[in-house]
Amino acid sequence: MTEEIGTTADGDLIINVGPQHPATHGVLHLVITLNGETIKKVEPHLGYIHRSIEKMCESLTYRQFSYVTSRMDYLSSHINNHACALIVEKGLQVEVPARAKYVRVILDELTRIASHELWWGAMAMDLGAFTPFFHAFRERESINDIMEETCGARLTMNYIVPGGLMQDIHPNFQKRVKDFISLYKSKIDEYDELVTGNIIFQNRMKGVGFISAEDAISFGMSGPAARGSGVNCDIRKLYPYGIYNQVQFDQVLETAGDSFARYMVRIREMKQSVSIIEQLIDNIPEGEFLAKTKVVLKLPKGEFYTRVETARGELGVYIVSEGATTPYRIKFRSPGFSNLSALDTMARGSKLGDLVAMMGTLDLVIPDIDR
Amino acid sequence: MDKEELKIKISKLLPTAVYEDGGDWLNIIVDSNKWLSYAAILKNDGSLLFDYLFCLTCIDWKTHLTMVYHLSSTKYRYNIVVKSNLDINTPKIETVSQIWQTANFHEREVYEMFGVNFLNHKDLRLLILPDGWEGKNPLRKDFEDLINMIKL
Repeated sequence: MTEEIGTTADGDLIINVGPQHPATHGVLHLVITLNGETIKKVEPHLGYIHRSIEKMCESLTYRQFSYVTSRMDYLSSHINNHACALIVEKGLQVEVPARAKYVRVILDELTRIASHELWWGAMAMDLGAFTPFFHAFRERESINDIMEETCGARLTMNYIVPGGLMQDIHPNFQKRVKDFISLYKSKIDEYDELVTGNIIFQNRMKGVGFISAEDAISFGMSGPAARGSGVNCDIRKLYPYGIYNQVQFDQVLETAGDSFARYMVRIREMKQSVSIIEQLIDNIPEGEFLAKTKVVLKLPKGEFYTRVETARGELGVYIVSEGATTPYRIKFRSPGFSNLSALDTMARGSKLGDLVAMMGTLDLVIPDIDR
Repeated sequence: MDKEELKIKISKLLPTAVYEDGGDWLNIIVDSNKWLSYAAILKNDGSLLFDYLFCLTCIDWKTHLTMVYHLSSTKYRYNIVVKSNLDINTPKIETVSQIWQTANFHEREVYEMFGVNFLNHKDLRLLILPDGWEGKNPLRKDFEDLINMIKL
């Protein structure tokens, strides 16, 4: 056990960041060993928001358990629910109506934009720029309004259920999404002017927090954090689900492996999400939005695994079923947990002030890590 | 490459492995004594290169524990599931954290939640549970917390 305060025998200083620290965006506790201002070791202490979601799910039915997953990565709640719906549909071999498939992907991509918006604003704020936060939240607010009108909730949606959608989309849905997209396209360029091209910002990001592609794979990193190192890992491309195989989009890859590369991946990914939504929004088929399923769902005996691409990376849901109404064992392979494990390797040798930029570009959501 | 071809290829490299039906991917059951040497083969053999351990977990079957490793090859895009059965009273298995670095955190999680002892792990201590946690392992089936009831 590392001493949590004081100095080591070598004269290195041990300091704590968190669990209550604005830059950790939640209750993450890092114990850092410092030589002067240079980081020698970063040791995450987890569990401040651990709710044992996996244990809880063992006593929840297959209709109930997806509600809990909205509370894991709360910025990707639609996508988490989508993963849960997919695994139940896979086990029961339910065919989802086309209308639901289209709406699900549109909502997933809106969620991704909203999540990247929040990340962009908060990360710029961590580096000392306050204005971007307001810009990001202004646009994110429009998405939240669309979600509220459609799902009745702004953060923990629980709208995607096994078989399709909980209710049909609001009559205004298509119009409002299109309005948002046309507004938003002009704003992304504004972000580049405001932050991306800023020389102070670039100096703080470039060459900071390097991780090689080999290490990124070994640490099980996924999502934009791994794609910044050039790892080809977009689940939407590799193992398409929903109707991702019917839409045109590029997997965004950067090869530099530093904080700026991870930043650019997310910025470019937002543009890809816009393009996906544009391809689908006018083509939502008419018809049913929910397939008929039994009242009580029972997955057959066996093992099931699905993986989806959340805003942070690969979310895996692993269910071991004994044929009962509740899962025997459920495991959520959350992207944040694996991404965080690479922080130590990433930060060694850097200055303490740069740690904030690294944590920012990993886009950590603590409830997703602790589960 | 389908499951059968992969099975033929892997059986040449892992002679004592047993195969199990079910699931999307090839399920391989290995003896826990053999796991470390087999893991190195799966990671390093040029025709497999399973370099991405995307899920590591454990299942409590009440009579025994089963370690489950989901592996993927970023070059060939093969996926396999490796399982190993452990004794419930003294569960122990060699660590693979030097082969896949992500195993470091995942094994610590399994250690505290299931009580599995990972031999030769450099840093095996509590990760999520609070310091000084004593008593049973929360994700075991016989765990009951009388204060914070989670049964619904």
